[in-house]
Amino acid sequence: MTEAVFYVFAACAVATASMCVLSRSAMSAVLWLTATMLSLAALYVLLGAEFVAAIQVLVYAGAVMVLFLFVVMLLNLGHPTTDMRGPAAMAATVVIAGLLAIQLFALWSYSPDRLAAEIAQAPEFSDPASLFAAGQATRDDAVARGVVGAVAAPLFEVYLVPFEITSILLLTAIVGAVVLAKRKI
Amino acid sequence: MTPELKGYLLLSTIKMLVVFTIIMIGVALLTLMERKVSAWMQNRHGPNRVGWAGLLQPAADGVKNILKEETLPALANRWLFTIAPALSFIPALLLSAVIPFAAPLPVDFDVTLGPLGRFVHHGPMPMVVADLPVGFLFVLAVSSLGVYGIALAGWSSNSKYALLGGLRASAQMVSYEVAMGLSLIPVLLLSGDVSFSAIVAKQQAGIWYVMPLFLSFFIFTVAGFAETNRLPFDLPEAESELITGYHTEYSAMKFSFFFIAEYANVVTVCAMITTLFFGGWDIPFTDWDRSGGVLPTLATWLFFFLKVLFWVFFVMWIRWTLPRFRYDQLMSLGWKVMMPLALAYIMVMCTAIYLIEGVLGVRSPVLGSLILFALNLGIAILVFGVLDSGVFIRGSGARQKTPPARGAPAAVVG
Repeated sequence: MTEAVFYVFAACAVATASMCVLSRSAMSAVLWLTATMLSLAALYVLLGAEFVAAIQVLVYAGAVMVLFLFVVMLLNLGHPTTDMRGPAAMAATVVIAGLLAIQLFALWSYSPDRLAAEIAQAPEFSDPASLFAAGQATRDDAVARGVVGAVAAPLFEVYLVPFEITSILLLTAIVGAVVLAKRKI
Repeated sequence: MTPELKGYLLLSTIKMLVVFTIIMIGVALLTLMERKVSAWMQNRHGPNRVGWAGLLQPAADGVKNILKEETLPALANRWLFTIAPALSFIPALLLSAVIPFAAPLPVDFDVTLGPLGRFVHHGPMPMVVADLPVGFLFVLAVSSLGVYGIALAGWSSNSKYALLGGLRASAQMVSYEVAMGLSLIPVLLLSGDVSFSAIVAKQQAGIWYVMPLFLSFFIFTVAGFAETNRLPFDLPEAESELITGYHTEYSAMKFSFFFIAEYANVVTVCAMITTLFFGGWDIPFTDWDRSGGVLPTLATWLFFFLKVLFWVFFVMWIRWTLPRFRYDQLMSLGWKVMMPLALAYIMVMCTAIYLIEGVLGVRSPVLGSLILFALNLGIAILVFGVLDSGVFIRGSGARQKTPPARGAPAAVVG
């Protein structure tokens, strides 16, 4: 049953993502991308990551894409007349598609065993196995602490310093955006 | 499928149908209530010709809207113009699925329904369509999707009034979402969980959160008004400036879909206020409502209904009392007052909760809540005093109290 649901939403995600790339109107592209975000949120729910799913919808579908929509509406792009054609664009397309295909091929050869082996060899600091017990234990943890607590505990205990560094980075980005957008402060 | 899963699905389907029907009928009746309340406040009678005391007016409106012509502006984007009402309507209805509306009802059955097979359910059934572990995060997430319907309706109509309304709506909803989300963090601090059932249970054990978290309640209510585009924040459809804003070009059933969405959103925000700050389905000063059984479920259902109805009335009361904000006032209120206030309040509450629970060692939730309530009273008096003094927001009448100096141009607008 879960598998069937997964394939439905995975197909939705792939189809809407291709529509986003293929559609000519910028407005439709934004809306298809929103649909992709929502399908991804559904996939997160299937993985048991309800919190991540909610944040995915809240931040990406609800805020980032609304801003995209806003920009497209304000710029009033209309129907583009110049497409990316010609030999240079063709060459760029082939190169990018080839790189992505190679990446996909590398991922294809991954098996769960190989993934587990690579995680075991990784440095201790990034080892998810030390934070998230496998299977049932994770579910028990989520029941005991709530879905937010299960995410918050590793974030604020083990990864506190990286978390704070990230927030300083974001703060810098915000200040930079304000400075760029507003000439006179 | 196991019989247990089938029983679960059967109960969920029944709950969905019940909640959907109640919301749709309730929304229809709310349009009548709005007109009756406005008439009462303006010393009129309101609709009173169709049915007893005008009770069938919503049905007449519905028939009228179905029979009217569906118009499509000549240069409108046909696809987006058609799906925009649905995009604002669906999130509004989705939200009604996650709010617990009564005490859990013990349900025990084991039946075989012909070719469908055996259905089994034992134990208490939570009176909510989906008791999600993400709780109010789901509500914030889905209500943030409601902006698409409005923005797309404004854009696809290919009309300047509709576009301005749509742009205003998106800006307003995105801005106030920030304050709304931040105002809920103190709730999370006190309850320790985001799921609605856990928050209701915590409030039953202590005091309703409106007392220890009064300012959260205030910010949430203001942001809720802005999120639902109700007066005094109905800038997206300010009829004196924009005709009716984003739904200017809509007619017939598409137009009324926007109305259904607006009222469904009002119901959801009121249900959120009730659940987060007024104990949900809790009946105060008694433990009987948690004893389980059919009677407590019905009584708590009634109580929840009454609380939500009060807040719906409150929303209408505000609508027919306060004038509309100017757009720059709305934005400066959202970004310069509500958001810093919510952030500062989070800091204060973090410190206060840490001091009460960590340093003073108060374990009783009632005593802790009372201390927080005293703190909140002080903060509230301070905040309302500052807000009322006109430092942040002034009406246009207050702008030119002093006559302009001689020789200065007459029309200086500050």
